[in-house]
Amino acid sequence: MTLLKNNKLQSTRNNLIAFFACFLVVIPVYIVIVNSLKDSAGARTMSAALPETLHFENFITVVERGKLAQTFVNSMLYATGATIVSTILAAMAAYILARNRTRLNRFVYFFVVMGIAMPLNFFTLTKVMQITQLINTQIGIIILYAATQIPFNVFLMFGFVDAIPQELDEAAIVDGCGPFRLFFSVILPLLMPIVVTAGVLNFVGIWNDFLLPLYYLNNSAYWPMTLAVYNFYGRFQQDWNLVSADILLTVLPVLVIYLFGQRFILSGLTAGAVKG
Amino acid sequence: MKNKVYPFYFTLGALTLYLVFVVLPGFMGIAYSFTDWNSYSTDVNFVGLDNFRTIFSSGENYLDYIKNTLTFTFNTLLLKTFIGLFLALLLNYGVRRLTHIYRVIIYLPVVVPTIVVGLVFRSILNPRTGILNEFFRAVGLDTLAQPWLVDPNIAMLSVVGVDTWKGVGYIMVILIAGLQTIPQEYYEAAEIDGASPVARFRFITLPLLVPALTVVTILNLLYGLRVFDIIYVLTGGGPGYATDVVFTAVFDEFSKGRYGVGTALSSVLFVVMSAAGFFIVRRLTRSPIEV
Repeated sequence: MTLLKNNKLQSTRNNLIAFFACFLVVIPVYIVIVNSLKDSAGARTMSAALPETLHFENFITVVERGKLAQTFVNSMLYATGATIVSTILAAMAAYILARNRTRLNRFVYFFVVMGIAMPLNFFTLTKVMQITQLINTQIGIIILYAATQIPFNVFLMFGFVDAIPQELDEAAIVDGCGPFRLFFSVILPLLMPIVVTAGVLNFVGIWNDFLLPLYYLNNSAYWPMTLAVYNFYGRFQQDWNLVSADILLTVLPVLVIYLFGQRFILSGLTAGAVKG
Repeated sequence: MKNKVYPFYFTLGALTLYLVFVVLPGFMGIAYSFTDWNSYSTDVNFVGLDNFRTIFSSGENYLDYIKNTLTFTFNTLLLKTFIGLFLALLLNYGVRRLTHIYRVIIYLPVVVPTIVVGLVFRSILNPRTGILNEFFRAVGLDTLAQPWLVDPNIAMLSVVGVDTWKGVGYIMVILIAGLQTIPQEYYEAAEIDGASPVARFRFITLPLLVPALTVVTILNLLYGLRVFDIIYVLTGGGPGYATDVVFTAVFDEFSKGRYGVGTALSSVLFVVMSAAGFFIVRRLTRSPIEV
């Protein structure tokens, strides 16, 4: 009996701790939400107090003055474009490297995955971008993002190719499939779960990135939402209500993707990390 | 036969992007480290080890940047691993209901852009008006109300704290996955043998969690050594140089057009991290841990 009571006490205590951890996470979110609805004077100190009147017009102001429509399209373009390019190319590479383990291919796999640890050299990368005529272009930033995601994607997908029985390949070849048909009609559909997982992780990572546009996009018309929100903060530091509204609108797309794609995000992490 | 069915040219797309935009700049960088490359003149002259002498001389601040980077990495690694492990144990064994919701909420900051987290915490940690200090003053703990990001002595700790807030969910999720690979029977057997909870943790959980802990350590190391966003937004490397790390210094050199020194600094990190990467990848690819 005492044991049961003890367990109940413990369980309550544990729930309280977990609840407190969540509370610490939620406070800043709450603060941004309430302040996005205040007027400029009310939001000056970013207090936790509720707004006296609701200023929904903040969001309209922000969309207009922060050029959010344009930056949203840019972010969408970079994240989607780079994610598609990177996942497809990585899937093709991972498939060959896993299926045909020659000496060369094993070396290539090792060498590509090492890229996970390599930091970029932004100085010489500028030179490469200039030589390839990609600096300050939207296609350039897409290619750059795609390139930076390749090592992680190859690493993530390599193990999953093994899980597809090789007999399928043999059957398809007997039926007269060439290498392209074999990959795109037989293998890729079966790799889809891990491709989607990698894709969601890539998308969120690119959407949230701030570093590459900071170095390689001088033209503000090409800026993604992250760089734009930082710039907006620079111009409207006095108006935390507007900054908060801008922040909310910037975070909203990733939050939606997170809430719908959390299954992929949480499973992908564990697949990539613990599976090895 | 195999080369025909699995043609090497399938890898060329990925391989080309990786070689041209990641590997090539790294090696070019090593070559340019020995020059006076800058944005003011088009001439690039060989200067030998001058840039490295600048970086490793005590008169300049570069050694502090490297030290700050290591401090940041070490502290975030410790904090995230301990808090992440605590939360993972709590959500995996301690809490029965709502675990999924707790997990989703604690992971939430991971998907929020760092730049946004930085902006929000700049206001929260504001010495005069920020709600953290307001809270401490309201409950009578005035001594805890600190100039978080302004005092050079505690600025780094504040940055580490914010970064932990943002990143601990990631570590927690991986450790939960690690915990779930441990067969329940081990605990049952240990309980029958009369092992205390501490002994069960020490002799079952911890040894079997080593693979997940290794992964977590690797991720924290790679993240910490390359950190930029959170510091750039929270303090910009200040006050003074108190929170400047390698990549904020690199950005600074880039803005000032001092490419030679910047490249040398980048190359130091490139060589160190590639060497680390070699051992890390060897470990990751040789001992796959099945879920």
